[in-house]
Amino acid sequence: MNIKLKALLKSPWVFHLSTGSCNNCDIEILDCLTPRFDIERFGMILAGSIKHADVLLVTGSGNRKSMERVKKLYDQIPKPCLVVAIGECALSRGMFIHSYNCPVPIDKVIPVDAYIPGCPPKPEAIIAGAVKLIEKLKKNVK
Amino acid sequence: MQPLIDIIKLLGKETLVPKGSSRTTFLLAPVIGLASVILVSTLLWMNNIWTDKTFLGDLIVVLYLLTIPSICIIVGGFASRNPLASLGASREMKLILSYELPFVLAVLVPVIKSNFSLRLGEIVAVQAQNGVILGSLSGILAFIVLIMCMQAKLALVPFDIPEAETEIIGGPLIEYSGTGLAIYRLTKNMLLFVLPFFLMILLMGGLRFDGIHLLFGILKYVGVVALITVIRNTNPRVRIDQAMRFFWGPMTLLAAVAVVLALFGQ
Repeated sequence: MNIKLKALLKSPWVFHLSTGSCNNCDIEILDCLTPRFDIERFGMILAGSIKHADVLLVTGSGNRKSMERVKKLYDQIPKPCLVVAIGECALSRGMFIHSYNCPVPIDKVIPVDAYIPGCPPKPEAIIAGAVKLIEKLKKNVK
Repeated sequence: MQPLIDIIKLLGKETLVPKGSSRTTFLLAPVIGLASVILVSTLLWMNNIWTDKTFLGDLIVVLYLLTIPSICIIVGGFASRNPLASLGASREMKLILSYELPFVLAVLVPVIKSNFSLRLGEIVAVQAQNGVILGSLSGILAFIVLIMCMQAKLALVPFDIPEAETEIIGGPLIEYSGTGLAIYRLTKNMLLFVLPFFLMILLMGGLRFDGIHLLFGILKYVGVVALITVIRNTNPRVRIDQAMRFFWGPMTLLAAVAVVLALFGQ
């Protein structure tokens, strides 16, 4: 396995992006960083700037206004990068599926690597999703 | 291992240059910062291992070279054309202005103690003969001032005002990605060794390689880093005006008292 990807999987810095969620998923993401769940043991830290990030965590249903910003931010991440959709809204727009303001799900706009369902997903589910994503990438490269 | 993994990862990533920024300055600033830290490290090891290979005024060279990483952060921040980066860079500038005065004053203490010698090698040699400078009253005062200035030089928590992750999201580093960020992180990590090592050479007799002294030297380094970490973890971030008042007030006064005490041979 090449050393760049190996290092990437050992220190994925995450950027947390809310596209108009109800804040529950965001709270659960922040829970992952607390000592109780301690996602830092996988080398993950919350990056403040999109230019430092490797993983984009998207929450929320993605309305007309925010999807333009999501696309812009996706263009700004240094590649190679990963995108993880967290929560029912990010996966399928949830209860906003018939809303005039949420025309397309997020994975129609940017490529999504992992989906973590739940409303909101538990921190354990988020960690399990992150680990599964890392395992999948390891297998793909081998 | 984590810092090494982070740096390897960042080296493998894309380097983005923001639109409208000064491209050459933006990309060159981190490299110059790293180069100066490497030079300081070389000078310190040289003086520590072969104390007779010192040259007149290498202490002054080291003092100058130690400000260059901070200046590079300022230049890189202003070159990146980001409002938060310029804010961080201007804070870094104020921080340099505030801590340099007590830092230089405190460095004068070992100079006076080793019979007004500006050679690092002689400072180490004098301490090997007469015992460490930290053992005297002026040495202890200088140690307190230098630890505080180092905290500001490393941009660690009570004085991480220019980089304030939660406030201006990384400050001057906000637009850096990939290799540029990797070089900045490498510079920071090297400074975390170089600055305590400089302090050890000035006040604690450096690192010696004969027998039990080697273990003792490693313990000195670990002790200084532990002290820095304790200060970092037990203090909240101060505002820039509070930092300036702190350095120009109590710290400068303390450093001046230490210099006077050193002159009287205390």
